[in-house]
Formats: sequence, structure tokens, C-alpha cells
Amino acid sequence: MTFNAAALLLLIAGLALIGWLAGRARSALLAGRAGEKLHSRPQYHGWYVALWLFAPAALFLAIWSSVSPALVTNQVLASEAAQSLPSFGFERGAILSDARSVAEGRQAAVRLPAAAPLVKPYADASHKYAWIGIAAMLALALAGGLYAFTRIRPEFRARTRVEKIVMLFLLLASLVAILTTFGIVLSLLFESIRFFRLVSPAELLFGTEWAPTSGAPQPDTFGGIPLFWGTVLIGAIIAMIVAIPIGMMTAVYLTQYAAPAVRRWVKPILEILAGVPTVVYGYFAALTVAPALRNFAVMLGIPNASTESALAAGIVMGVMIIPFVSSMADDSINAVPQAMRDGSLALGATPNETIRQVLIPAALPGVMGGILLAVSRAIGETMIVVMAAGLSANMTANPFASVTTVTAQIVKLLTGDQEFDSAKTLAAFALGLVLFIVTLLLNIVALRIVKRYREAYE
Amino acid sequence: MTQEDLTISDPKMKAHSVNVFYGEKQAINDVSIDVGTDLVTAFIGPSGCGKSTFLRSLNRMNDTVASARVTGQIELDGEDIYAPSMDVVQLRARVGMVFQKPNPFPKSIYDNVGYGPRIHGLAPNKADLDVIVERALVRAGLWDEVKDRLAESGTALSGGQQQRLCIARAIAVDPEVILMDEPCSALDPIATAKIEELIHELRGKYAIVIVTHNMQQAARVSQRTAFFHLGTLVEYGKTTDIFTNPRQERTKDYITGRYG
Repeated sequence: MTFNAAALLLLIAGLALIGWLAGRARSALLAGRAGEKLHSRPQYHGWYVALWLFAPAALFLAIWSSVSPALVTNQVLASEAAQSLPSFGFERGAILSDARSVAEGRQAAVRLPAAAPLVKPYADASHKYAWIGIAAMLALALAGGLYAFTRIRPEFRARTRVEKIVMLFLLLASLVAILTTFGIVLSLLFESIRFFRLVSPAELLFGTEWAPTSGAPQPDTFGGIPLFWGTVLIGAIIAMIVAIPIGMMTAVYLTQYAAPAVRRWVKPILEILAGVPTVVYGYFAALTVAPALRNFAVMLGIPNASTESALAAGIVMGVMIIPFVSSMADDSINAVPQAMRDGSLALGATPNETIRQVLIPAALPGVMGGILLAVSRAIGETMIVVMAAGLSANMTANPFASVTTVTAQIVKLLTGDQEFDSAKTLAAFALGLVLFIVTLLLNIVALRIVKRYREAYE
Repeated sequence: MTQEDLTISDPKMKAHSVNVFYGEKQAINDVSIDVGTDLVTAFIGPSGCGKSTFLRSLNRMNDTVASARVTGQIELDGEDIYAPSMDVVQLRARVGMVFQKPNPFPKSIYDNVGYGPRIHGLAPNKADLDVIVERALVRAGLWDEVKDRLAESGTALSGGQQQRLCIARAIAVDPEVILMDEPCSALDPIATAKIEELIHELRGKYAIVIVTHNMQQAARVSQRTAFFHLGTLVEYGKTTDIFTNPRQERTKDYITGRYG
């Protein structure tokens, strides 16, 4: 007998169905007998019973399936056969898991001889805890179901109760994303704190030399400025120089000039473009744009021209961001009331004057918010820069030279064989934290601007 | 409708057999009307009767609606405004419009009024523009209220002030006709009274056409009234005649509140 959570879940779901039918029938019966009108329709009574039957038992099941393995292991370790185990480490873990696999029937025989005596204690323990778990779960289900069942009266407000419970589920669902974000921040924070014990935050934020791989003779240096500069150069300068004008012009064309048929085609295509995996853009940047730019630079006689250049990564990233900017600008321009446009046209302004002098200024706050969101996306973008911008931390304003970004360095620091306690690896988390904070701030500011702008026209 | 009702000695605009379609739907059916130069003309009628649609065809604002189509003839000073040679930008500079809901631009009060003169090149320099802006605001009866805060946003004014700002904005380009599309429907009674007073003062300087569903307002501000119903012009004549002695049964029913 093992503890099979999926089967048990089905079991209580079946019980809940019975509870639903019983609750519905009982409420109808009671109402008929008393000759009273039901406050809630019978199926709400059914749902009330079913939820009381299902929810506590399912919750218990979830908790029990995460707790019971530890309980089983504890009991096994307390047994006599476990006393001969190696005291710590890898071998002990391997023996235990070997024994467990056999005990749970996932494996026919032990692979490690030392595991053999542990199979029986394991089987006993999991048997015992499985029964305890099932018994407790069924008891909970029945208790919950009976509690709800006995509360059914014609005047009982089952509908309000059920609606409250449903609302609670919805609340829990919406908390999942928030709690996950919170967890991510915490994990970043803890690793970063470990890093900052080794390297001061001031060095990371203001140091100008980035050389985490210099090896034993010289100490590693973790000056983040070259990375931040590379990130800003690619994501906030070059990409935006490409994306803002093209995105804006796209939006103006689509909202003001395009025939409905054109708009019907172009807008979805742009949206598809936004869904292209960034790695595909990365190929394009690395294989097509970067070599072309290098040849161009060499032709012009620009020094330090490299096949990995800030310009290639920035331009392709800008192209990637265009749909994003144009769709935000599109929304903002569309949000400007038609009355504003009519007001300008009625004064004898041309469509062009109306767009330049009324629509765009009126849409500007929304557009700015969109641009900030786009910047925050660009600086968090990874694949394109890894493939096209290079990994050498240069502080240069020459867009044809190779630069690196925060995200590219994080990838470099965390790929390959790494120990998770060296400053070099931990630096990735600290960089991640910096990136997270910056993009978070950008998003907060951007969303605030967009929100205020929406309020202005409602 | 008899012929003398349509006769106005000095018409500013003449509409003849005008039909307006939105796609398949006909919104205006064979409307002929003359707009007097020194008169305030009111268009009244129940909601959806086509009075606003007809008003918007007088300065070709219906052009902005893709499905709209206008047939028939509308003349401004004898010139067909739907002729290919007519420049719609110039037409709208000559036939200004004030909308139902105040729609100031999100710019300063000064720039709101200065917008039209600037785009039409009416003010070669700042001093000229100052004069135009002041004169327009004075005419719109707003100058005393805003002269100390011309740099503030036009959207920060009260609803009635915003509407007078929009009138000033229209006046600033020195139009010949001002079309008003229910200009008081979003305003409180005091602001409404101010706008009506303003219309009185503007009469004679501009030909004014006002759409309203407030019959008392039409009676107060206009000299000519046109009653629209279901896309047709039912009756057109002197305001006093329309309200005291309507010739058509439908007009009578409407002004006595039988429907509307």
C-alpha cells in the first residue's frame, strides 16, 4: 500500500460528487417537508456540502504528501538496520533512495547491497504512514461533509456561503503570482547578501573594472559600471533610437491614415512579430546584421570594429521592441478622445497638423509610459546580447565595438561547471538583483504615468 | 412648406436637396435650407432626427466618418463646398464649429486660442498673436476670468469656461459661420445662460447655426428655427412663427411636448 495522491484526490472528488447530490436532495426534501421556500436553490446546498467535503481533505492531502516522506525517512533512520549507514553525505542518500525505490515498487531489486536491509523498514514505514494519511483524509472529508450536511435548512444561506468560498479560491489564485514574485526577490536577495559579504556593494555599483575570471595571480574585480554602460548603450540608447521613431510612425500610420483593411492585416502581423522568440532575433543579429555592420565599419576605417558590436545587438533589439512601442503608442493615440481630433479639424487644421500638435502631445504621457516599459524590457533582454553583443566588458561609446551587458554576464557566470559559493557565481545574483530593482522601478514609474494619463481622459 | 419660408434676403449658406448617408442608412433626406448672414438659426428636433448630422455636413466634418456620403448641394457664398476645388481646410477656417462636449486641447489657455491662428499663419509675430488671442477671449466673454492665468491648462477650467474657450478658439480664426452642436447640453443652467448671452452678442458678427434639443433655448437665442424629424426638414421659418403658430401638425406636437 503506497500513498497515491492522484488516486486519493479522485476518491475525494467522487465523495464530493456524492455530497453534492446528497446536499441538493436533502435541501429539496426539507423544503418540501416544511413547506417553506428555500433561501438558496438546491444546487447551492449541494455545492456547499461538496466544498466542505472536498476542500479540507484536499488541503490535508497536499500537506500530507509533502510531509509524509520526511516522516517515513525518520522512522527508517530510527530503525536498527539504519544504524550501520554511513553517517553523512552522498553515499547515505544514495542508499536510502535505493531502498525507497524498491520498497515503493519502482524498482525490482536493490542496486547497492547496503540498501537491502533497509527495504523492509521502508516498506513498513510507508505502509503505516499511507494508512494514517488516508484515514485522516477520509475522516476530514466525512467530518466536513457531515458538518455541512447537518447545517442544511430551508432558510440556510448556502448561496452566500458558496459565493464566499469561491471568492476565497479566486483570491488564492491571484496570490500565486504575487507570492512567486516575492519568493524570487527573496532568493535573489539572499544570494546577493552572500555576495556582498565577499565584495562590497560600492565596488559592484561604482567599480569600473569587470574581470571576474582573471584567475589566481590577480584578484577578481567586480566593477559593474562597464556592464551597466553596455546595457544602457544597447537597451536604452541604440534600441530606443531605432524603436521609438519607427514605432511612433507605425502607430500614427495605423491609427490615422491606414485604411481599415490595411490595419486589419498589419496590426496582427506586428503582434506576431512581438511573439517571435528572442533567440531567433539573436541569430539574425549575430549572423546577418553584425557582420554587415563590421564590414561597413571597416570600410569607414573605424577602429575596434568587431563582429560582436553594440550596434548590431541594439538595432536588432530595437526592431524587436518596435511592435511593443507601436502597440502602446497606438493605444495611447486611440485613447485621445475623438472630440479632440474633431476640435482641431474643425478649426481647419490638416490631419498632419492635428496629429503633430494635438494628438501626439495629448498621447505623450501614455507613449512615455510605453517607452519606459519598452526600455525595461530591452535592458532585461538576454538572448540577443549574448549572441550579438559579445562578452568583453568595454567602456566605450564606439557603437561598433564589442560591449557586454548585465544579462549577458549573468549567463556567462552561470553556465558551465560552477561552484555555488564562489564570488564569481554569486555575482550573477547580485547583478540579477540590480537588474530586477531597476526594471521594477522603471515599471512602477511607467505604469503610474500610464494610469494617470488614462484617468485624465475618463 | 411654402416658398417664402425659405427666402432669406442675404443667405450665407444655401443647402439644396441634401441627402446624407451612413453606409446604407439614410440619415438626412432631401433637406433644403438657407442660413442667414446676420441671423441665429436653430435646428430643433427629437434625438436622432438628423439635426447634428446635417450641421456636420455644413463644414464637411462628416468627411471624418469613413462611411458617410453627402449628395445634393451646399453653398457658402455661392460656392459649392463639396466641389473638388474646395479646400476643406479653408472651408473649416471659414465655417467654425463648437461641439456638444467642451473639448479644449490639453494645452495652455493661450495656446488653445492661438492654435488656429498659428496653423493658418494669421499672426506673423507674437504681438499680433497676443492681440488675436485677447480679442477672441474678450468676444467669448472669458477674458476677465482668465487674463491672469493664460498659461494654465485649458482643461483646468470649469465646464462652462471650457465651452467659452472653445468658442474663443473658433472665433480666433475669424470665421464667417459658427456651427454649434448642442453647445450647452453638458453645462449647468448658469453656464448655459452665459453661453446664450454670448450668442446674442455674437449675432451679426457671424452667421450662427445652433443645434439644440432645448426648445426654450431655441426660442430665446434664434431668429430662424428649423424643425427636423426622422431625417427630414418638417418646417422652417421665423422662430416666433414656429413656436406660436406652427403650420405642421408634427411641429405643433413636438413643441407642445407630445413627443421628443
